[in-house]
Amino acid sequence: MKKLSILFFLALAILFSSGIASAEMLQIKGSDTLINLVQRLAEVYMQKNPGKEIAITGGGSGTGIAALINKKCDIANASRGMQQKEVASANAVGVNPTRIAVAMDGLSVIVNGNNKVAQLTVDQLGKIFRGEVRNWSELGGANMPITLYGRQSNSGTYVFFMEEVLKGDYSSKMKQMNGNAQIVEAIKADPSGISYVGVGYVKKADGVAVVMVARNANSVYASPLNAADVDNGVYPIARPLNQYVDGTPTGDVKDFLTFELSPEGQAIVEEEGFFPLPKEYQDFNKKAGL
Amino acid sequence: MDKRKFQQKLGFMVLRACMLVIVLILIVIFTDIVTKGIGKISWSFLTQAPRNGMTEGGIFPAIVGTFYVTMITALFAIPLGMGCAIYLNEYAPDGKRTRIIRMAIRNLSGVPSIVYGLFGVALFVNMMKFGTGILSAGCTLGLMTLPWTVTASEEALKAVPRSYREGALALGASKWQSIRTNVLPYAVPGMLTGTILGVSRAAGETAPILFTGAAFFLPGLPKTITDQFMALPYHLYIMATQHHDIVGVRPIAYGTALVLITLVFLMNLTGIIIRYRLRQLKKD
Amino acid sequence: MNKRKFQDKLIEYIFMLNGVIVVAALIAIFLLLLKNALPAFKEIRVVEFLFSARWNPTSYYEETYGILAMVVSTFMVTIGALVIAIPLGIGTAAYLSDVASPRVREIAKPVVEILAGIPSVVIGFLGIVLVGPAIAKLTGQYNGLNAINGSVLLAIMALPTIVSLSEDALSSVPKVFGEASLALGANPWQTLLRVKIPAASSGILAACMLGMGRAIGETMTVLMATGNAPAMPAALTDSIRTMTATVAIELGEVAYDTTHYYALFAIGLVLFVITFVINMISDIVLQNYKKKTSY
Repeated sequence: MKKLSILFFLALAILFSSGIASAEMLQIKGSDTLINLVQRLAEVYMQKNPGKEIAITGGGSGTGIAALINKKCDIANASRGMQQKEVASANAVGVNPTRIAVAMDGLSVIVNGNNKVAQLTVDQLGKIFRGEVRNWSELGGANMPITLYGRQSNSGTYVFFMEEVLKGDYSSKMKQMNGNAQIVEAIKADPSGISYVGVGYVKKADGVAVVMVARNANSVYASPLNAADVDNGVYPIARPLNQYVDGTPTGDVKDFLTFELSPEGQAIVEEEGFFPLPKEYQDFNKKAGL
Repeated sequence: MDKRKFQQKLGFMVLRACMLVIVLILIVIFTDIVTKGIGKISWSFLTQAPRNGMTEGGIFPAIVGTFYVTMITALFAIPLGMGCAIYLNEYAPDGKRTRIIRMAIRNLSGVPSIVYGLFGVALFVNMMKFGTGILSAGCTLGLMTLPWTVTASEEALKAVPRSYREGALALGASKWQSIRTNVLPYAVPGMLTGTILGVSRAAGETAPILFTGAAFFLPGLPKTITDQFMALPYHLYIMATQHHDIVGVRPIAYGTALVLITLVFLMNLTGIIIRYRLRQLKKD
Repeated sequence: MNKRKFQDKLIEYIFMLNGVIVVAALIAIFLLLLKNALPAFKEIRVVEFLFSARWNPTSYYEETYGILAMVVSTFMVTIGALVIAIPLGIGTAAYLSDVASPRVREIAKPVVEILAGIPSVVIGFLGIVLVGPAIAKLTGQYNGLNAINGSVLLAIMALPTIVSLSEDALSSVPKVFGEASLALGANPWQTLLRVKIPAASSGILAACMLGMGRAIGETMTVLMATGNAPAMPAALTDSIRTMTATVAIELGEVAYDTTHYYALFAIGLVLFVITFVINMISDIVLQNYKKKTSY
């Protein structure tokens, strides 16, 4: 028993004494769409720059933005833009969010691999997710009720899809999954399911079909898997994936952001299933000094 | 056969079936996790950090994080739990005061874990400015484990025969002298193991650490007690629900689950053995 | 001598302080929840909070904070869990106290304890990979993340509480009760059913209530395994979202000191009050029971 307690206090002593030599760690928090990409970027960056340390936490875009406002992180990952309300509460506590786009994402609408419905308009998608269209037969598919899957409200994808596609509230029948991958799994198993995920998640997935989407009934149907269509805006629900920092980036934060936007960083972006930044957003980032 | 006898036989069979169902549940849980998780267990899985977007490598930082947090939990809950148990069992007369304390303990044990999480955010993270990290999470869990540590300590104290105390008091020792020389030496081993066991249950908790300090991924081990940390239960939660390739990393999830339940199982076993020995002591 | 007495008293007070801290902790939890919950009601009407079924803090139009659907969901999975766990738990308790041989009991009781020790996140994980798919198959659904899944898992979580406390109640029934019954010619089964269980009924009731409290407050299992659709549930096969899951999902995303933040604390307060009341009732039931059976 004595030995046990000695061991116990020894371990505690080590824990506390090691606390003296603390290094500043870069804190990144937020979007689950971005987390795997940023984690890969950070891994490579840390390999190249020994001594630099980056901690990454998920939880959704809302979580990251809230953390930035609460001064709990250096970089907030956000798969949507900050809302006015959020900017206001940031300013109220002296935080000035600066947006940097790091990659392009074509938000993919997915259905089960056996579903015959292959193309939908943005308007139809809105009706489906608002709960106004409830059977696949209304869309030219089999006669079965539509099962909605989506993300939880802390997800930037949830908010982006709501603002750009639904322009209204989600049906409260929608199952709210914890992450993108859980959605893909659910759609694989559910012939009546429909959902939306970042394009990075469907490139490797089989058993699900990516729906072609058109802006309206008169425009062309495009696939998010086609990089050109995402870049030039033919695909209607594409979005930049953002990182927010407080003020103009400097020091380690700037160093890491520069790496992300470098050709090497953008190559990782493509490896992870997203699209490199088009010119439009490269220019946008220059405003932040990157 | 006699109708009454038949009824009894049938009745007891149903009761036995109930017990068997519970045993079966436990067997299913263990076989599923062991058979699917054992393949992942290796020295490198236990001693390496996650790599390549957490699709490879091991769970070392999560093990260390859980260990650290449990330490803080112990530091918080064990002295407090023991002290409270000594007061209840040795000092307090069975009266209003004890009743209130016992009622508080029972109610604390009924408070939902997520409410402890909320409390931890409000008190340790925001009010006391500990920030999200090991300290906040450890204190939150410490508070949560208090009822268990008190109960475990009391059990150990009760195992010390009355006559030991009376002997000392009869020889003119003061109350504290009697406790220190004739009660604690016999009770402390049991109290310590009992409380450590109680604290170890905190190692498996997820909800209270969700917002008080657990991190998705950290490049290195925590360096100070206010650093964020990775933890086994939270790691399992991520691997099961939020990772970008939940099916691909399922073996890692199973491996993590196996490590976690092995930990809990070993702790439980220790506790059971200790308690068995305590009972023997009481019989003597 | 006086010095010694003083020292003795001082040490007693030091130990008493520990007890006081425990009581203070409980009060502090309540007060902090209250303090962080009250500001929510500057913007949310209490009636709307309690009786509206629409919880949508990120709405496109206007934020709504009604917890009725999640209260109903919470009780739905809890009742489902109790329907499974109570018969199974009492049956097992009766087996342990009256049927099992002492040796079997020595082995069986640890089984129950180990079950109690399995972390909730592991149970939730099994809900995703094992129970969920099985339920989907059995009910002909495509996805097993629903209220039934939650109920089954919560039953597993509540079982150890119900078993061990019911067993305590049954074995603290005075021996003379059973002996008298047997002497009158009843067999052990009749004695158990007609004498012991009725005599222990309030203890068993308290056990079930504590099991219920456990199920209501459980977070990770329901968060992982019930699908989290915020709609008012209509069937057991619907996906549901409980109070605990809502807090777990949303607490991470809110900016501190906003209405949404306060509203989550208000949910916490409701949870606290519900479990507190359940605890108090089972406490009173248990006290009465102890009075009745003490000789």
